[in-house]
Amino acid sequence: MNNEINGTVVISANNLTKKYGDFIATNAITFNVFKGEIFGFLGANGAGKTTAMRMLCGLIEPTSGSASVAGFDVSTQPESIKRNIGYMSQKFSLYEDLTVKENIRFYAGIYGLSEREISEKMKNLLEKLHLTDKQSVLVNALPLGWRQKLSFSIAIIHDPAVVFLDEPTGGVDPITRREFWEMIYDAAANGTTVFVTTHYMDEAEYCNRLSIMVDGRIEAMGTPSELKLDFEVNSMDEVFLMLARKAVRQAD
Amino acid sequence: MEQFISFIKKEWYHIIRDKKTLFILFGMPIVQIVIFGFALTNEVKNAHIAILDLSRDEVTMRITAELDASSNFEIVQSLSSYNQIDASLKSGKVKMVVVIPSNFKQDLMQSKTAQIQLVADASDPNTATTLVNYASAIIQDFQLNYFGYTLPLVIQPQLRMLYNPQLKGEFNFVPGVMALVLMLVSTMMTSIAVVREKELGTMEILLTSPVKPIMIILSKTIPYLLLSLVNISSILLLSVFVLKLEIQGSVILLFGLSTLFTFTCLSLGLLISSSTSSQQTAMLISLMGLFLPTIMLSGFMFPIENMPIPMQLISNLVPAKWYYYIVRSVMIKGLGLQAIWKETLILIGMTIFFLTLSIKKFKIRLG
Repeated sequence: MNNEINGTVVISANNLTKKYGDFIATNAITFNVFKGEIFGFLGANGAGKTTAMRMLCGLIEPTSGSASVAGFDVSTQPESIKRNIGYMSQKFSLYEDLTVKENIRFYAGIYGLSEREISEKMKNLLEKLHLTDKQSVLVNALPLGWRQKLSFSIAIIHDPAVVFLDEPTGGVDPITRREFWEMIYDAAANGTTVFVTTHYMDEAEYCNRLSIMVDGRIEAMGTPSELKLDFEVNSMDEVFLMLARKAVRQAD
Repeated sequence: MEQFISFIKKEWYHIIRDKKTLFILFGMPIVQIVIFGFALTNEVKNAHIAILDLSRDEVTMRITAELDASSNFEIVQSLSSYNQIDASLKSGKVKMVVVIPSNFKQDLMQSKTAQIQLVADASDPNTATTLVNYASAIIQDFQLNYFGYTLPLVIQPQLRMLYNPQLKGEFNFVPGVMALVLMLVSTMMTSIAVVREKELGTMEILLTSPVKPIMIILSKTIPYLLLSLVNISSILLLSVFVLKLEIQGSVILLFGLSTLFTFTCLSLGLLISSSTSSQQTAMLISLMGLFLPTIMLSGFMFPIENMPIPMQLISNLVPAKWYYYIVRSVMIKGLGLQAIWKETLILIGMTIFFLTLSIKKFKIRLG
């Protein structure tokens, strides 16, 4: 396998499958993600991305096959996995009726950070996001872009080995998206592995490596430039469209 | 444990930041007590009546004065002939006419029988019955005081009101209001609080965190348990100090069993939240599925003994029915645990059942 760059495998899936009755949501997917890598997980709606991601987060159990995240098995050690991952969904992860400070404190608390760690993290985080003077403001008074950036910072507040981002930039303007990706690069540079799903093909280009799911299977995997070469096209958009058109399954 | 406390803190912020809901939560018991206690009463006060006194002797004057002095009646018309009765009732100005025939005192003294006719407007049968009963009671009272023996009256009601000799209407609704308020605070608010996190998407984040699902769920219930206890206290304080209701039994027992019923409601709330995914659905189920049966089948509004057998059987499934019985027994009849252990066991059983079911459902959702 392609382990010459970063070495350590952080996420590993082997024929990972989830069936709901006759419906195969995720069909024997196999891949490895390495430490510090930004791995793009692409696919049309209903292709099985969310199911796969949920299995990796230890939220649902695979029907067959196996996977490990941060060295723990998804079927047998979901609790250990939960301690070592961060998660941010397309919906808001923050409580809008809590202040910036209360949100940070709450999430840091549920990951078991000590009081000292919390105050230290809080200070750094507020400074980094230029929110120090807004710390007692309710989250619903913050602009969308800031909320997303705060969500992401909170998702990695406990320095997880892997952070799962489920369409993190939905509804955000291009400038904020750009800033958001700078934060993702920062996190990856600090050794956090980033597993991200997205609909935006310009974002796909930012990823180190991508996989594209169609009807529960991984149909293509590689760096953005490799994929464009393989499919003899100029943009990820075209790669995605060529694959997605093969889909028989309807989006849900 | 620290996680648990930060969860409860967070939940507490949600509650106190939502000023409108908070106002409803604390205002509702007070408003309900006032409405039921003062406005919605079965008692008839100051009913307008007319008198047709054809004797106008010493005895009939005294009877008239007694009727007028009672807080139930106010004599607004004095008639002079029989053919005025119909018009008087039809005009709607009076609900009842008391007719005293001529030579009343004479008849009474000589033949030892005299008659008083009570003509009531029975287009509202309940009020009519109540008025006639009140009037007969007053007249009987009067004759006992005056003569020391009984007048043969047209109506001789045999009334014996146990536990509530003054026939105070407030007594029965206080346990009912307690059941309703607990149902609303504990069941509805808890189910909405859990479902809101599902809607917002924060539940997903919580489930991917190391926090145990059971802790997420339990932390939701603690603040509402406290709120419920505050509400029970305010209802009891209002009942004792404003409505002058005496708590006959043990207050500690009353609180203990109310806490048990709060747990029943909380577990029901959790069950609802584990089977629904939108706040509206949770609210509808709480209102239609629980609120209405609580009002109609707990015995609080309508006596269960008068219902057809199938309805009586269904009413056994309503937790509020058992709680209502328990509160009435302790608060009004002054009974102890030995009289209500069966009902208490039923509530405990229901709580365990709902709780197991909701935890199981919650796990299925994750699988």
